[in-house]
Amino acid sequence: MTDLSDNTVQAGRARSRLAMAWDSDLAYSFRRSPVAMISGLVTALLILSAVFAPLIAPHDPFNPGTLNLMNGFTPPSEANMFTGDSFWLGTDDQGRDVFSTILFGLRISLFVGFAAVALAMVIGITLGLVAGYIGGLTETVIMRVADVQLTFPSILVAMLIFGIAKGITPPEYRDQMAIWVLILAIGLSDWVQFARVVRGATLVEKSKEYVAAARLIGRSPVAIMLRHILPNVLSPVLVIATISLALAIIAEATLSFLGVGAPPTEPSLGTLIRIGQGFLFSGEWWILFFPAMTLLALALSVNLLGDWLRDALNPRLR
Amino acid sequence: MTMRLATFGAALLATTALTVSAASAETLRWARASEALTLDPHSQNEGPTTTLMHQIYEPLIVRNMEGGLEPGLATSWEPSSSDPNVWVFQIREGVTFHEGQAFDAEDVVFSLNRALSEASDFKELLTGVTEVRAAGDFTVEVVTDGPNPLLPNNLTNIMMLDAGWAAENNTEEVQDYAAGEDTYAARNANGTGPFVLQSRTADVETVMTQNPDYWGIGEFPMDITEIIFTPIQNPATRVAALLTGEVDFIQDVPVQDLERVDGADGIGLATAPQNRVIFFGMNVGDEDLTLDNVEGANPFADVRVRRAMDIAINREAIQQVVMRGQSAPAGVISPPPVNGWTPELDEYPAYDVEAARALMEEAGYGDGFSVQLDCPNDRYINDEAICQAVVGMLAQIGIDVNLSALPRAQHFPLISNFETDFYMLGWGVPTYDAEYIFNFLYHTQTENRGSWNGTRYSNPEMDEMIASLTSNTDLDARNGTIAALFEMAEEEVIYLPVHNQVLNWGISDAWSTVVDADDQVKFKYFELN
Repeated sequence: MTDLSDNTVQAGRARSRLAMAWDSDLAYSFRRSPVAMISGLVTALLILSAVFAPLIAPHDPFNPGTLNLMNGFTPPSEANMFTGDSFWLGTDDQGRDVFSTILFGLRISLFVGFAAVALAMVIGITLGLVAGYIGGLTETVIMRVADVQLTFPSILVAMLIFGIAKGITPPEYRDQMAIWVLILAIGLSDWVQFARVVRGATLVEKSKEYVAAARLIGRSPVAIMLRHILPNVLSPVLVIATISLALAIIAEATLSFLGVGAPPTEPSLGTLIRIGQGFLFSGEWWILFFPAMTLLALALSVNLLGDWLRDALNPRLR
Repeated sequence: MTMRLATFGAALLATTALTVSAASAETLRWARASEALTLDPHSQNEGPTTTLMHQIYEPLIVRNMEGGLEPGLATSWEPSSSDPNVWVFQIREGVTFHEGQAFDAEDVVFSLNRALSEASDFKELLTGVTEVRAAGDFTVEVVTDGPNPLLPNNLTNIMMLDAGWAAENNTEEVQDYAAGEDTYAARNANGTGPFVLQSRTADVETVMTQNPDYWGIGEFPMDITEIIFTPIQNPATRVAALLTGEVDFIQDVPVQDLERVDGADGIGLATAPQNRVIFFGMNVGDEDLTLDNVEGANPFADVRVRRAMDIAINREAIQQVVMRGQSAPAGVISPPPVNGWTPELDEYPAYDVEAARALMEEAGYGDGFSVQLDCPNDRYINDEAICQAVVGMLAQIGIDVNLSALPRAQHFPLISNFETDFYMLGWGVPTYDAEYIFNFLYHTQTENRGSWNGTRYSNPEMDEMIASLTSNTDLDARNGTIAALFEMAEEEVIYLPVHNQVLNWGISDAWSTVVDADDQVKFKYFELN
């Protein structure tokens, strides 16, 4: 065994790992694809600005005590006629700075997106592995449930779960719970893709010799599934996860747009679009436009990244 | 061959032209933000519900669109010459219900008694009524526990049902809406009114056609042959429907779209101050609140906290920004046309955050507290936006408000069931008299009064004064009591008035109407241009 306390060895290994990553096929394909690079840059920029929102945002839109209603409907970069304040992207109907609200809304959208995909991944991978590896009745039951769920539009499933969850949470916790319920609703409506792909890949891997060898030396089924099969089925999962992230962000926006998602006092991008939509005819376009553009940029770049990843990981397209 | 084709074409053209004129000229497609909560006319005393009911059912006395009293199903009414405690109503003869039953005094007796029953939401209008009896087929006597000069004003929203129909369909009891009850009368309607219910899918579409046997044909314009009612909650969708000609009439043009609707071709904007005040109510009665963070005490029970909240609300900012000038800031829970209202009462306190913070400090809530605000999102003009603005204003004096906005079908039961500690409500006064306000909103919640008093406020002295209003025939003394009541109410601040609404109706140029200050459209008065 290698001596892990040896720093030089570790540093050397880290460097070589970085170099290896840089030289890998994936990185090479990334460097060769301008679309991937641009969408990667946009995604990174959006994620970073969401993470550092409290540092970047000029106002705290979630603290109602700092709002001044008289600042409402200030056009972008113009002075408000009552207060004289000016805001880069204007303000909404409550006098909230649109730029700050987008940054904080982006946080909610991304958080819900990542968490929902993580949930869907955990459920989907577990069920997919179990179905593929064990087979038989277990497989039939899991995959039929998945088929049934696929016949409903996922947004409908999400709304159903949201409705039930909202119904059973006590009213005093409803607003705090809204985000978690949203994650649960989107995550539970989205696991089927993962389960199907993992099951398919597991079926292929299961018959390979290394699995038979692991079985021969007496490893437990759980260990075989997690230590041997899982690492080999992860690359398609990664692709689906990326595309699912874009879909989850859009699902969150749709739910919030329909008024069943994030509360208006802590708006996500979808809530902002819902608020802005009411002022579409009256000329206050910026309330809708900027959040919508942010959502577009985010969903599009994540989606393009997913597309690139799918192509890059597909040996037939190389 | 050509001949035949030409004839066929002409015939086709003629039929198309016919159907077009029949379908588009006399059908009025009506939209508003809110749907009627029920079809039971005595279950919910609430604007949109009563408005729909007025097309299908009728009261004894009708308030016309200008606000004047007109004979409805009663042709005349006067106090009895022998007993000052009795009102005598002559009932209109020859009227039939939509399903064919004849209308007579028995139906009036049944309907008024139904409206007096405990589940009825209209019983506050009939407090003091001890007996309703038929004196002949077309005469009804209403007995009160004392002379009640204002009784006819209270009857304008109390609809008449057929006693036989109700018995046959086992729907004699009033639907208990707040308890979630469903009844035959809540889903079916059989009135005497100008329009007959044809089909209804709640929240989607309600179709009514002209009643061919209506007694008022010839008396009223009755230009509309069919009404298609669609609730459209989303303001942008609603205004788009009007602008594209998908609907002919919307009752609530969003304030941000007034200019656009006014400037649109073929569409007119009709504006009038509305008989409706918007305010917040607080649970002042309970020992402790459920949805707050203060243990063992109720911050709203302290009048200093209520006063602090009153002066922390910037009514002018709400008027200018949220309402875009389309409201009149208010200092009292009474719209101006109501008897008892004075400009002095309506003076609202100056916005003063510093003074409000000092009051909070004095009351021992210098660090504030948190509480939930329940707000409707489909009932009043910009209701949710007003609530959100108030959340911001209260945050400045340390009150951390958690806003819960719900459709009004879920919001209103919270108030009547005492399930909210802090809520928004709007109040219009169809009787144009302050008694209606005190009976519903200030009186202790009892069997026949206080059903919309969600504040748990209970003041025996006030209750006694309120009860005396019903039978006080000395109008000067009565007005004195009303003034004293308002003074007590101002002192107690159990409600935080925000403003009086301004009505903005958007209507296709094909139709003309006057704007009803009660926002109670009565389509029989609509005229085709």
